[in-house]
Amino acid sequence: MMRARVLGAGVAGLCVAAELVGQGCNVTVFDPVPRPGPHGCSWWAGGMLAPFCESETAEEPVVRLGQEAAGWWERQGVAVTRQGTLVLTLGRDRRELDRFGRRVAGHQSLDAKGLAALEPDLDGRFDRALHIPGEAHLDPRAALAHLRTRLESAGVAFVAEQGRPEGLTFDCRGMAARDRLPDLRGVKGEMAVLRSADLRLNRPVRLLHPRYPLYVVPRADGLFMLGATQIESDDRKRSVRSVLELLSAAYALHPAFGEAELVEIGADARPAFPDNLPRLSRQGDTIHVNGLFRHGFLLAPALARMAVEAACDRTRPEFWHED
Amino acid sequence: MQLYGSEISSRLMLGTAQYPSPSVLAEAFRRSGAGIATVSVRREAGGERAGAAFWDLVRDLGVTLLPNTAGCHSVREAVTTAQMARELFDTSWIKLEVIGHADTLQPDPFGLVEAARILTDDGFKVFPYTTEDVVLADRLLDAGCEVLMPWGAPIGTGLGLTNIYGLRTLRAQFPDVPMVVDAGLGLPSQAAMAQEMGFDAVLLNTAVAKSGDPAAMAEGFARAVEAGRLAYQADPMEPRDMAAPSTPVIGKAFLS
Repeated sequence: MMRARVLGAGVAGLCVAAELVGQGCNVTVFDPVPRPGPHGCSWWAGGMLAPFCESETAEEPVVRLGQEAAGWWERQGVAVTRQGTLVLTLGRDRRELDRFGRRVAGHQSLDAKGLAALEPDLDGRFDRALHIPGEAHLDPRAALAHLRTRLESAGVAFVAEQGRPEGLTFDCRGMAARDRLPDLRGVKGEMAVLRSADLRLNRPVRLLHPRYPLYVVPRADGLFMLGATQIESDDRKRSVRSVLELLSAAYALHPAFGEAELVEIGADARPAFPDNLPRLSRQGDTIHVNGLFRHGFLLAPALARMAVEAACDRTRPEFWHED
Repeated sequence: MQLYGSEISSRLMLGTAQYPSPSVLAEAFRRSGAGIATVSVRREAGGERAGAAFWDLVRDLGVTLLPNTAGCHSVREAVTTAQMARELFDTSWIKLEVIGHADTLQPDPFGLVEAARILTDDGFKVFPYTTEDVVLADRLLDAGCEVLMPWGAPIGTGLGLTNIYGLRTLRAQFPDVPMVVDAGLGLPSQAAMAQEMGFDAVLLNTAVAKSGDPAAMAEGFARAVEAGRLAYQADPMEPRDMAAPSTPVIGKAFLS
């Protein structure tokens, strides 16, 4: 049986481990904290599986490979909600919706009635919206926990150590791999979690705004994750300005958020290469899987599949990067 | 074009914010030949050098860097940010923004003059982001600014030159001061128009960064700037109200 090491137990590492188990490998995962938690940037993710919306700024491979994600997570037994994405603007930014519609495939235009049918709690607040039905979302923390448990039952060992490359190794350490991948940079994202008993959303909502974009992802138990900030910085400080922006935008989306409980504020730096696309690369027997940027849950399944194929078949897949 | 004694080859300047990725940003610079890149320090700085990786990518563009004080709402903030920028980028050039209105991002003319004076006294070469107001321009020149950056329209609106009369007046009042039309441009034709009016350069960011193909849009702006400059130098004809035939009409049945 082929043996492999995975360094890093974030979303990339766990997806690679799952693909390796699928190939019948004997897998050991190393991470100083080998369970999902606030030390890893996947913990702070939104969990939107929204390849079409991302095409507003991301390049074609993100759209194509991102479409594998929802099915992959479902096959792992993770609860995936396939209700699409809703895109809205405030009154004076209406033309942002036209621009978004021109750039993003697979959407339907909704009038106020169509919007109310999908999201009754937004009835009367917006007269136009876009719905992208082919998209989905999941709860990232639940997904990571589920995947880890599943891997453990499949015989994967989790070791609470940094771990060194030895034999076939998949380095999925994100920003911690900067020592080996000097092109990596951190792009800071900040998020907040609110709890509201007064509001119910069935699907992620994106509020387009030229300066303060926002997405709101509903989770179980009345929780809502707010995110969207993107700052060229690798610090992990939670800034007042970002929280003000997120909360103001949420309040503009629905005043019920003004009465919500502020459960959590988080920030982390997402690993990205200069083209903001992920990269696979080989150094000796080590294959690096990194640079997932804001597309961890969306692209990790495809990247993991490609990385494991590259190892088993010595192929040179897409995103293969030679120094 | 001379700005504070430095020869700048391109009349197009680009901002570095909001691009889909640093690679797309680099491609936009490559295809446009833009000679100056503005870079924001405030949001990323966080008191440390947390934005260093991005700044390295901007330095790699190989163009002259013009750090800015974007997002500063007070004189003190702007002055502190300028001092930080001088250390980070080892340049005394600073694009001075003092925002007076959070929603429209309109400049605060009073704070702008005060900050410009403090910074020029401190040895900075100040590029003030200003309105087309002639009196304000005069005060900024008094404060030691040698370049002016009047807006075309509020930041990020893409409305183009909203007060053509005001901009013409400003240009005519200070014919020898280098002027860069900054902010509010959305289309290359608007940049060409600024050049035709005799402005020395244009600076834009959102119009390129938020377009569907930033590199192509950057090149479009570069060509428009070149076209507008050529037209300005060629001494355009004066418009007239009546059509003037360019070939003699004698002998033609023009009255039939």
